[in-house]
Amino acid sequence: MSKYSMHLMVCGGTSCHGSESDAIVWNLRDELEAKGLTNKVQVILTGCFGFCEKGPIVKVMPDNIFYVQVKPEDAQSIVEEHIIKGKIVTRLLYHDPKTDKPIGDSKHAGIFKKQLRIVLRNCGFINPESIDEYIARYGYQALGKALTEMTPQDVIKVIKDSGQRGRGGAGFPTGLKWEIASKSQSDEKYVVCNADEGDPGAFMDRSVLEGDPHSVLEAMAICGYSIGASNGLIYVRAEYPLAVHRLQVAIAQAREYGLLGKDIFGTGFNFDIELRFGAGAFVCGEETALIHSMEGLRGEPTIKPPFPAEAGFRGKPTNVNNVETYAAIPVIILKGAEWFSKIGTEKSKGTKVFALAGKINNVGLVEVPMGTTLREIIFEIGGGIRHGKKFKAVQTGGPSGGCLTEKHLDIPIDFDNLVAAGSMMGSGGMIVMDEDDCMVSVAKFYLEFTVEESCGKCAPCRIGNKRLHELLNHITEGKGSVDDLSRLRNMSLVIKDTALCGLGQTSPNPVLSTLDNFMEEYVAHVKDKKCPAGKCKSLMEYYIIPENCVGCTACARVCPVNAISGQRKEIHNINPEVCIKCGACMEKCKFDAIIIR
Amino acid sequence: MSQIKSIADLKKKREETRTGLNIRNKPTDPENNVEVKVAMATCGIASGAKPIMEFFVEQLDRRNIPGVVTQTGCMGYCYAEPTVEIKLPGKDSVVFGFVDLKRADMIIEKYIKEGELIDGIIPVNYETIDSKE
Repeated sequence: MSKYSMHLMVCGGTSCHGSESDAIVWNLRDELEAKGLTNKVQVILTGCFGFCEKGPIVKVMPDNIFYVQVKPEDAQSIVEEHIIKGKIVTRLLYHDPKTDKPIGDSKHAGIFKKQLRIVLRNCGFINPESIDEYIARYGYQALGKALTEMTPQDVIKVIKDSGQRGRGGAGFPTGLKWEIASKSQSDEKYVVCNADEGDPGAFMDRSVLEGDPHSVLEAMAICGYSIGASNGLIYVRAEYPLAVHRLQVAIAQAREYGLLGKDIFGTGFNFDIELRFGAGAFVCGEETALIHSMEGLRGEPTIKPPFPAEAGFRGKPTNVNNVETYAAIPVIILKGAEWFSKIGTEKSKGTKVFALAGKINNVGLVEVPMGTTLREIIFEIGGGIRHGKKFKAVQTGGPSGGCLTEKHLDIPIDFDNLVAAGSMMGSGGMIVMDEDDCMVSVAKFYLEFTVEESCGKCAPCRIGNKRLHELLNHITEGKGSVDDLSRLRNMSLVIKDTALCGLGQTSPNPVLSTLDNFMEEYVAHVKDKKCPAGKCKSLMEYYIIPENCVGCTACARVCPVNAISGQRKEIHNINPEVCIKCGACMEKCKFDAIIIR
Repeated sequence: MSQIKSIADLKKKREETRTGLNIRNKPTDPENNVEVKVAMATCGIASGAKPIMEFFVEQLDRRNIPGVVTQTGCMGYCYAEPTVEIKLPGKDSVVFGFVDLKRADMIIEKYIKEGELIDGIIPVNYETIDSKE
């Protein structure tokens, strides 16, 4: 049907675009025209291939050949050699750094594809409101296998052997959690799915619930079978209306098919799932607070032990796992523990979904094997920093995590390495910052969030975080002193040691990690009263460089508070007392005469 | 709908849907159906996926193109929403990003009708467990 028998796909991702992919397209088109091939071969510009390190990339279809680091002048060889003579241009192929062998076929191994989707296997693939489509992708097969071929102990053993760890943040081994719950004696037990996703910048749980709700239902039923529970509860935020809707549709369909309810697969196993809605409090992601909220009580944490696996919902043994943890379970049951444990690092198995956001070109949801480096995620899959700016830091783990810097880019990401580097995995939010971000303000932003979200039950979190926030505020307003820095650190450590739950125990992390990695920025704020990134308004001053000013009066006319004085064709001046630092003058000036200093 | 009471039932259901998945409830001539999937998670809808989906439903019908339009979840390309995946019969599926009404029209006219690719295709940059084994 197509008149073209061949396609040349030129990467037009932001990063490759910078390295002249437009010129490559033009040259290729010119070459094709010169050879009279424009009717047979089509040249198109595509989105990012996720291999920016070796860009620009040209892919030849249907041959499936990848050329890397292509220059505009290479267009001739590609057309003459590859297209006309059918010979691969070896010098443009990617060379394996270890063996120095050329690799051309894009289906060859993961070199060109850094992502591996296990949790997101069905997201964006099936219609989430159709159970049939889920079944067509081997849905509910794992539940069937568990119920008919495995004992509850077998199931727990597989999960334990797979090495899977909880994806909610803490990384507790899933199999062990299930085992503890299975050993607790009780007439009734509960399986709970924690879908109270609250980290700023994280949205993988919502995406899974909206894209593949059945995978969570199936996994919860498997968990119910293994620990001896017949009731499941999903605690989901009411502010995720689409996720709620799709879960409701999915539950109704599963009941209709008899995949939830009584006597599932004719084995006598009963399991059903209900939804519980949260009002969007961050602390309710903490499992004891979540359970209290489900019971209709205030969403406040209590001291562990007893752990929910011993006494949870209504005082009965309860297994609480995160959405992402559950979504991987059916695959582990079907493909086996060994298969899963081959993916990832020694102590962190499988894959992790990250919500990539901030100053990055390809904002998106990515799933990579554990052990992938930050550099691969940010600079290849993520396509690098926006507007060609310089990378400064990446915040992982949300308000409980920390900021990592350039020197951490090459560590393989897993639960333990991130903690060792002073951050944490958290739920997988990853916010990338560039040279224009002030790290003190970033710490302040997260503190603002935790102060707002603290439930107020324990003093260290309620009062301590408030004081931390005040100190940071002082510093960004230029009222801080060098002593404040040690005060910040001491108070952070005390809060970490004494707070009741995970929220308070981790809330000072953004402060500590920025103190560790960006001390010089704090010092600049308190000593020189300067914000190196030019973000803290109280610390910056707009200034007109006399040599550059031509006296055009454009700045004075645009100033909303009349802070700029000066006659026509004379040098202008900004009165810092009056200036509100809105930046309008700087935008208006055509002579680069206005700077922030 | 009948209940699934055994592994055999589940398998039967799977085979049924497998052969039917391409047709998505439209039993006419599955071989020549165009499949259009629109990423309709909250983020996709917020960036305007709904009118795009309606456009495809309406226009495939109006232009007499045998095809099925369905919603799906997040494809992960937040930077390029709304995203649409098109599978032409016998071909690998192709993902288009930044789809507005103008682009949707171009996709139908150029790609679906003529098989010509258009600029701005998003290359698949991941493997799934299916492709792994």
